[in-house]
Amino acid sequence: MIRDPYPEGIARGWKIVDAARLESDREDEADVVIVGSGAGGGISAEILARSGLSVIVVEEGPLRSTADFHMREAEAYPQLYQESAARKTADKGVNILQGRCVGGSTTVNWTSSFRTPPGTLKYWQQLGLADYTQEALLPWFEMVERRLSISAWYVPPNANNELLRTGASKLGIATQVIRRNVNGCWNLGYCGTGCPTNAKQSMLVTTLPAALDHGATIYSGLRAERLVLSGDQVTALECRAMDAVGIHPQARRVLLRAKHFVLAGGAIGSPALLLRSAAPDPSGQLGRRSFLHPTVISSALMDSVVAGHAGAPQSLYSDHFLDKLPIDGPLGYKLEAPPLHPVLFATTLQGFGAGHAALMQQFNHAHVLLALLRDGFNPASRGGQVRLRDDGTPLLDYPLDDVIWDGARRALLSMAEIQFAAGAKKVYAVHEECAGWDSWAAAKQGIAQLPMQLLSMRVVSAHVMGGCAMGPDAARSVVDARGHHHQLGNLTVADGSLFPTSIGANPQQSVYGIVARNISALAAALAGRAAAPLV
Amino acid sequence: MAMFSRRQFIKTGIAGALLLAAAAMLQKPLDRAGKQALVAGNPLDASMRTVVPVIAPVILLGVFPSGADRAAALERITKGVALAVGALSAASQKEVAELFALLAFAPTRIAVAGLTPSWDQAGVADIESFLRRWQHSRLDLLKSGYQALHDLVLGAWYADPQSWAAIGYPGPPVLVKS
Repeated sequence: MIRDPYPEGIARGWKIVDAARLESDREDEADVVIVGSGAGGGISAEILARSGLSVIVVEEGPLRSTADFHMREAEAYPQLYQESAARKTADKGVNILQGRCVGGSTTVNWTSSFRTPPGTLKYWQQLGLADYTQEALLPWFEMVERRLSISAWYVPPNANNELLRTGASKLGIATQVIRRNVNGCWNLGYCGTGCPTNAKQSMLVTTLPAALDHGATIYSGLRAERLVLSGDQVTALECRAMDAVGIHPQARRVLLRAKHFVLAGGAIGSPALLLRSAAPDPSGQLGRRSFLHPTVISSALMDSVVAGHAGAPQSLYSDHFLDKLPIDGPLGYKLEAPPLHPVLFATTLQGFGAGHAALMQQFNHAHVLLALLRDGFNPASRGGQVRLRDDGTPLLDYPLDDVIWDGARRALLSMAEIQFAAGAKKVYAVHEECAGWDSWAAAKQGIAQLPMQLLSMRVVSAHVMGGCAMGPDAARSVVDARGHHHQLGNLTVADGSLFPTSIGANPQQSVYGIVARNISALAAALAGRAAAPLV
Repeated sequence: MAMFSRRQFIKTGIAGALLLAAAAMLQKPLDRAGKQALVAGNPLDASMRTVVPVIAPVILLGVFPSGADRAAALERITKGVALAVGALSAASQKEVAELFALLAFAPTRIAVAGLTPSWDQAGVADIESFLRRWQHSRLDLLKSGYQALHDLVLGAWYADPQSWAAIGYPGPPVLVKS
């Protein structure tokens, strides 16, 4: 019997408030208010609650748990994703997949777990983040690995992943096994629509239940609108209840007071809340240097059945094209495979009509690779900027410029070569001007000529980072190395918006490990004794 | 597809400037159409009902049923697109309402979409060439309009379990939760 922890927890007294059903305004108070319940908010909630502090977690999205997860895109995208999985950058050039539900992106991510790469940490040390060393972070990475059952996934990969290894090995390109945060995974392939078996060790089934057991309160369906500032202190957080479908804010208001505020609303949400609150920004860096790992896609047609909808979505990767280039040189890229489900596949593929239908009819023979570009290290890769729409909602402006296009073209070449080496009959760069190629020679020539243009070259992202960059110097960064705001004394940022560059790998474990260290320091300071470890 | 963002129109150059003039003239009726759709709280407004049943069978050519099943499929895709729009952010819903208003309103349909026949007169070839013009347009605005139509129609179609057999997708596994 698969248990749903939420009805059981609520029955034994968990404090969960669905703000959409509030009948009057209300005020609440805790030692710490955490905005966001994803990777950063979840880890923060468990550490702070276990350390004896009272905690309120604010989540704009709904609470959906095990029994609600039916492995259907039509349900999952509107309920669990930001903007129904159709969040776009300002010029519509990048489609962003980001969670918006209790558990945040960890509820819907594909479980790939990587410690922050050594090269990334070394680069950060040069930015003045002296204790961001492998050695200093190791105990924190090990702690979250134990807590979230992160380990190498040695179950045979599905065919979509295996083809990456087949093609790459023919070309002498190394691939590795992905580490996943799963416990008793059924190998179904539906991580992206919410795990129906509780195997994925997302925040939804790990840290948030632990925090609730220690008395934390979660408000779901509640939008954090504005921090109330007085001098260098945050005195309260003004929130607005969302409607039942989570799109329009309602009239009901919730005012939350706390000694300390933790921002973990993700790398678009956290800078946006600070912008709405007119937080001090003497460095001018608030909302700037937002990174996406801009991702380009190559789809291949195989003779054999691939069935990319079945089996763990990501189990193999290659860092060959990251490792062979200097980190601040032309953008390197990580190669991975995505899960293939009908809506995601159909909307991502270019074209329409008979050509599109013919590709869809070969759905089970499609093999798809992704290349995630490592942005934010090359001096020309400055990322994007979070701005506010007139209604106060955030909009990420991320210009796709030559440094991105150069990487995109090289990545398409690498993927096509690997796919032909793996036996592809045909390869399609996901680009409006591409009709597919029958051979590596033709693809090589075709990719060289593809116009690298906005809205022609399809670019997606599932990793938003930066916007509240940490650094030692208040004149050049938003928060310090522990995430404490340089100007606001009782505000800590604890999510991917901390990162001064992209990570160069799927970022969830970087958020877990770095936030665990930072928030443990905060918990100790607030509680006056050593922070409780994650167990 | 911020259809009437002044900044974006300006960015698109001379052709964009002509569109800007047209759009400024038409701003009021379009605003009204967009607002009505939202105020009604029902994104399945008249513009969408005019446009979707005509473009969807062309976008889905090759998998869209003909014959006896066609009417039901038209109803399904029109409802499906409305559902998909209703799940978007408030800002995106407004943009989509503007897009459909622009397509449904004859002067802008002709001037911006280059579609001379009315929607109930347009043939498959007319719709195809309109979609291709926008798909390969030099104007980002029109390309993004095409992509919105692409994503809404294909997303709504393949979200529907009735569309899965045609592509060999077995649907999610049945879990024996015991």
